[in-house]
Amino acid sequence: MNTSATHSEIVKTADGIPLKVSLAKAQRKSRIRGILLVLPLFAFILLTFFIPIFDMLFRSVENHLVPEVMENTSKLLVNWDDRSGELPSEEVFAAAKMDFEKGHAERTILRVGRRLNYETPGFASLFRKTARRAKNFEPPYQDAFIERDKRWGEIDTWRLIKRESGAFTISYYLAAMDLAYAPDGSVGMRSETQRIYLKLFWRTLVLSAFITFLCLFLAYPIAHLLSTLPIRTSNLLMIMVLLPFWTSLLVRTTAWIALLQQEGVINDLLVGMGLLSDDGRLAMIHNATGTVVAMTHILLPFMVLPLYSIMKTIPPSYMRAAKNLGATPAVAFIRVYFPNTVSGIGAGCILVFIISIGYYITPALVGGTDGTLISNFIAYHMSISLNWGLAAALGVILLVVVLVLYYLYDRIVGIDKMKFA
Amino acid sequence: MSDSAFVQFSEVQKSYDGETLVVKNLNLDIARGEFVTMLGPSGSGKTTCLMMLAGFETATHGEIYLDGNGINNVAPHKRDIGMVFQNYALFPHMTVAENIAFPLEVRKTYSKTDIQDRVTKALEMVKLPEFGTRRPAQLSGGQQQRVALARSLVFEPKLVLLDEPLGALDKNLREEMQYELKHIHENLGLTMVFVTHDQSEALTMSDRIAVFDDGIIQQIDTPSELYEKPQNAFVAYFIGENNRFTGIVKSDENGQCSVELNNEQGVVIAKNVNIDGIGKPTTLSLRPERVCLNPEPGSLPNIFDAKVEELIYLGDHIRSRVCIASNDEFIVKIPNSNLHEQLSEGQTVSLGWSAEDCRALDA
Repeated sequence: MNTSATHSEIVKTADGIPLKVSLAKAQRKSRIRGILLVLPLFAFILLTFFIPIFDMLFRSVENHLVPEVMENTSKLLVNWDDRSGELPSEEVFAAAKMDFEKGHAERTILRVGRRLNYETPGFASLFRKTARRAKNFEPPYQDAFIERDKRWGEIDTWRLIKRESGAFTISYYLAAMDLAYAPDGSVGMRSETQRIYLKLFWRTLVLSAFITFLCLFLAYPIAHLLSTLPIRTSNLLMIMVLLPFWTSLLVRTTAWIALLQQEGVINDLLVGMGLLSDDGRLAMIHNATGTVVAMTHILLPFMVLPLYSIMKTIPPSYMRAAKNLGATPAVAFIRVYFPNTVSGIGAGCILVFIISIGYYITPALVGGTDGTLISNFIAYHMSISLNWGLAAALGVILLVVVLVLYYLYDRIVGIDKMKFA
Repeated sequence: MSDSAFVQFSEVQKSYDGETLVVKNLNLDIARGEFVTMLGPSGSGKTTCLMMLAGFETATHGEIYLDGNGINNVAPHKRDIGMVFQNYALFPHMTVAENIAFPLEVRKTYSKTDIQDRVTKALEMVKLPEFGTRRPAQLSGGQQQRVALARSLVFEPKLVLLDEPLGALDKNLREEMQYELKHIHENLGLTMVFVTHDQSEALTMSDRIAVFDDGIIQQIDTPSELYEKPQNAFVAYFIGENNRFTGIVKSDENGQCSVELNNEQGVVIAKNVNIDGIGKPTTLSLRPERVCLNPEPGSLPNIFDAKVEELIYLGDHIRSRVCIASNDEFIVKIPNSNLHEQLSEGQTVSLGWSAEDCRALDA
């Protein structure tokens, strides 16, 4: 540590300027040049990655639609006590009439209906039905509303609108964790049949862990071979390891479908050899098996490369020394070779695990129902159900899980021990 | 001899590719307690021999005996041979103490306290008692070297192999370690086989030196014999500095031969050590320090005129390169004392040497 200078007096250059000032001045030019060099990339990443990501993540809590479109209703509902057991006052219904009328004219009220439909099914139709006639409602509005649909006479309907009329909401997170508001406003687990996401998160973690383990199991010997063979042979092998990278992901996945499907190459072969009966063909694709097989194949290079780069740095003399000192080959491997590869194993496992936890295309193509992962549902909510809030909430939870695992890895193994190359 | 030999190579041959022999018919006996150095240029087969002895390479032909037993089919971990590797091969994930304890732990015959005692003693022996808890990466090259040595000695092996262990050290440290190794060898009475390409290292430490070239032991002898009496042109060239002439043997009487130098540059009387016969080509070898400056005419059988080409001041002596009998790479070492007159470049001097100091070797 450079504390010696501060303890005594400030070190100065020959012309009396403090050394630190002088040094900073001397290095300023190269520092500015360095900053300028990374600036384009930084701006690019900021604009195309961080801002969209944060925007997306923000959607998991933001809730502007309800308070904006139902502005008058929201304001008045604040004062309504949803535990009083009474419907909101006529004033609120009058405000709701205005909001519906305005929202119908601006074509925004149906979006509120869809938004609230995420919370309780049926709201979309309720809003559509009400919006069409809201213009003609005559006072007393409460009766007019209830006449149009008797759900307007239920306290739970108004409770939901009141709950979701704030600027932020946690309901997406509740949905993403299979939780839901009970009609009385308390939070509890969804009914058994409605739980999807916890099971999916768990399946994603388990399958990813299994794929990571398979990759490690397959990659370790290959990486060892690569690192010990003469350079010519090992280069050839390395090309074969990297070959999948040069082929389209879709082509590779489709190839697995051709191989693994019920009428596919492997089943035909097994039936042809008499090992399987024709109606006993194995289901190896469009289920978890298909996901595991195809993803292990695709992610294998991500395990081989960090392992290889670590093993390359282990001199063969370590194993020789261990044997020479009296260790059997197995003991020498366990006590000397293996501990020296831990950093590569860590790097490879983290890489494969994190990639597979968010993997989308392969499980979508070969996963069927029990081989799809959480990212497939994120994609579903992004592009089909258009429930971006839920998609964002699922994404945030995934991110948090990864960060927690990363943190645990750092505590147990140490990030600084991780070497990719 | 073979009965008393502790290590014996018997007609050992080694080939890696099935086409060329790296080691050609090696026969070598090493006595118990001996310090033998295998010396040679890279690619001469010396390291291969060591690796065969340690068990990391198998002999293509022949048998290696350790204490009377053939060890060709004994796995390396069962040989009980200590070895210090070229780059020490200390395990980076273990502390110094764990490194040294490793050979004891894997043997499973030592108790925990026994291991601790032995590790402490080993660290004391290499003068690093305070360093047990450090990692190898935190040690200097010389300290790593000592740890590697301690690790190879702690399980009391019968034989210790050293594969260029001092190659990575700087000059001062290397010399210090040479003496330390020598003392350990003497104190423990171990048999040591040392591989190096550094001839001064070999000369300092060894009881006997085996000079390797081209897969063959060219000569095996004590350091002084090797230096004073090289048996062939390669050994003369490889050990120490030497001046060479080539010529044709004209006559050979009473162990002395007269050699007509190539290009009719005169006749040199030399000691017949290893010539092929009269009329055959020969290489003459002459140590620079055996050359006499301005001898009395007639006092030596070989007196030639030489032109001083270059003078290099080396403190204790002056190395001068002269042109003699059209050989302009002839080196003379002139001690730096006032008894000798100062030379200057371009000057012509007369140089002489005795027939005894000039050895006629193979071509």
